[in-house]
Amino acid sequence: MKLGTKLLAATTMMVAASVTLAQAENLRILTWGSYAPEELVKKFEAENPDIKVEVTFSNNEEMIAKLRATGGTGYDLAQPSHDRIYAAQVEYNIYKPLDLSKINMDQLSPNLVEGVKANTTIDGEVYAVPHQWGTSGMMANVKEAPEAKSWLDLCNPEYKGRTSMRLRRTILLGMGFAMGMDPFALYEDKDAYQDMLDKVTAKLIECKDNIKTYWTGGDDLSALMLSGEVVLSETWDSTAFKLYGENQDIHFIPPETGALAWIDTFAIPRGGEADDAAYKWINFVTKPENVKIMSAATGALAAVPDAMSLLPDDKRAAVEAGFTEADMDNLKFFANIPPGIEDMEGLALERIKAASN
Amino acid sequence: MNRDAGRLSLILLFAPFALWIGLLIVLPQIGIGYVSLREKVGINEYEYGFSNYMAFFGEPIYRNTLLRTAWMSILVTALALVMGFPVAYYIAKMARRQSRAALFLMCLIPLWVSDLVRAYGWIVLLRETGVISTTLVDLGIISQPVEMLYNDITVIIGLVYTVILFMIVPLVSTLQGMDDALLEAGYNLGGSRWTVFRRIIVPYAMPGIVSGCIITFMLAAGSYLTPILLGGKNSSWFTEQIYNQFITRYNWEYGATFGVLLLVFTSFVVWAGLKLTGQSLATTVAKD
Repeated sequence: MKLGTKLLAATTMMVAASVTLAQAENLRILTWGSYAPEELVKKFEAENPDIKVEVTFSNNEEMIAKLRATGGTGYDLAQPSHDRIYAAQVEYNIYKPLDLSKINMDQLSPNLVEGVKANTTIDGEVYAVPHQWGTSGMMANVKEAPEAKSWLDLCNPEYKGRTSMRLRRTILLGMGFAMGMDPFALYEDKDAYQDMLDKVTAKLIECKDNIKTYWTGGDDLSALMLSGEVVLSETWDSTAFKLYGENQDIHFIPPETGALAWIDTFAIPRGGEADDAAYKWINFVTKPENVKIMSAATGALAAVPDAMSLLPDDKRAAVEAGFTEADMDNLKFFANIPPGIEDMEGLALERIKAASN
Repeated sequence: MNRDAGRLSLILLFAPFALWIGLLIVLPQIGIGYVSLREKVGINEYEYGFSNYMAFFGEPIYRNTLLRTAWMSILVTALALVMGFPVAYYIAKMARRQSRAALFLMCLIPLWVSDLVRAYGWIVLLRETGVISTTLVDLGIISQPVEMLYNDITVIIGLVYTVILFMIVPLVSTLQGMDDALLEAGYNLGGSRWTVFRRIIVPYAMPGIVSGCIITFMLAAGSYLTPILLGGKNSSWFTEQIYNQFITRYNWEYGATFGVLLLVFTSFVVWAGLKLTGQSLATTVAKD
């Protein structure tokens, strides 16, 4: 009896404790490394004392895999790229439609909003708004590789053993463009796309000898470039901009066929439990004074009007060293990936990795 | 009454173990097995059958990667045994009693650091602009920096380093139980060092050798970080294929199939290893 009373008391206390915990709302954000800088999280929690921010760092593929595994629960806000939402939503139903009236749309850059809307509208409902955007291209140590301007230069024997790339879909698309094809136009025709993949695969296998190694993450790539072991690599522009701060010879090079542009977005998982807090976060980080802090951390441009002037000085110098007006006009925005395409690309990537010469 | 209480306590004692095995080992395996039999035919449409397994055997990339992983893991196990045995023998038999604990601890210290950090340690040492290469250039032994990273040898070095402790620990504990009188008897009866080693020490240490080999082989075959970080452009590892299927290709069906195949295949290698060396689990690992 006495034990029973004790147990009961303990249970009551535990229930009471969990109730008080529930009052402070958690905002669980699934995002990219550096997309939730400590400084902003603290500022947000100070402004909204009843919300506690929990951040999980991830990437596009893992975000989708995680949300798919849980049926869209476990997180309240996710930040996939604009081209990865449509197929994932149609196939796995992991997001819920956004209530655009809760977002301060005038803080966002209208053309990017329209672009993302066009990509992520399903049955008249919008599933994402833009946050940060940037490009994938190449970076070169301009002292060692001043002539590099095409994706094909990664395979140029002049830089043998001194180039690198990440073995993911970006390089397949970049090579496709460099070899005179248009992968985005071929998306809808699976046979034609496979044909393109076969050509790109053959090229990249032939090119393997030229590559020092495939980089796997930003840190890895930074070490390769800064040590001088690699002089030309496929890269995200933000990584190149960061390295420019440490070595001004390292420039971002938009390939002549156009840098590939991505937009990282805000999307709310279907099982999100803190929608209001999520909208508050969206409105908070897109305020001009906070964009500055965010851009300093991400190195990418925010999807807000006049984003360029909100970049820290060193990043702005890096962008200006890399991009001309013509490069900006030549950007190739990633098109929506239809279901099944990534499976085909995955096999191509595995073939490249497994091939030996 | 008393018997009921006994049975209840038995059930209670057994419950954590049963839950552990059931919820964390058996259930997930069933789940993986189930997904591996599913084939995607369209968006949210599935059929059931063995087609994923057929596809695996039809695609040489996957077959070869699995065989490669198994071969390299066997090599890692053999190297770990060859390098671990003298260390274990020294700790258990030759070191003085007082220094034994210290030596054992020194073997364990690397385990306190995560795999990731240890892999980065090797990267710092072996890369082209790394410690070893620059030192050799400074000493004038080589004229050009050399790249020692990003190849299969580095992967094997890294893996041996990671798993060797799991070889040493069971060996030390088995060898410690060996009575020195056995060795003396062997020498007194005219046995050479080699005969004593072959006829007395190795048979006595067999339980430790078998369990050490099984653990190191499984750890090597199932490792992910070390082969990814230290391996080069040609170094595919089977766990990487599983990751790719689940994460970059969204193909859980293939990924699950690969998971099942890795489990079955590594179990088969362990079984074959036991058969070939004439050992069985009952007389070695499970010996009292």
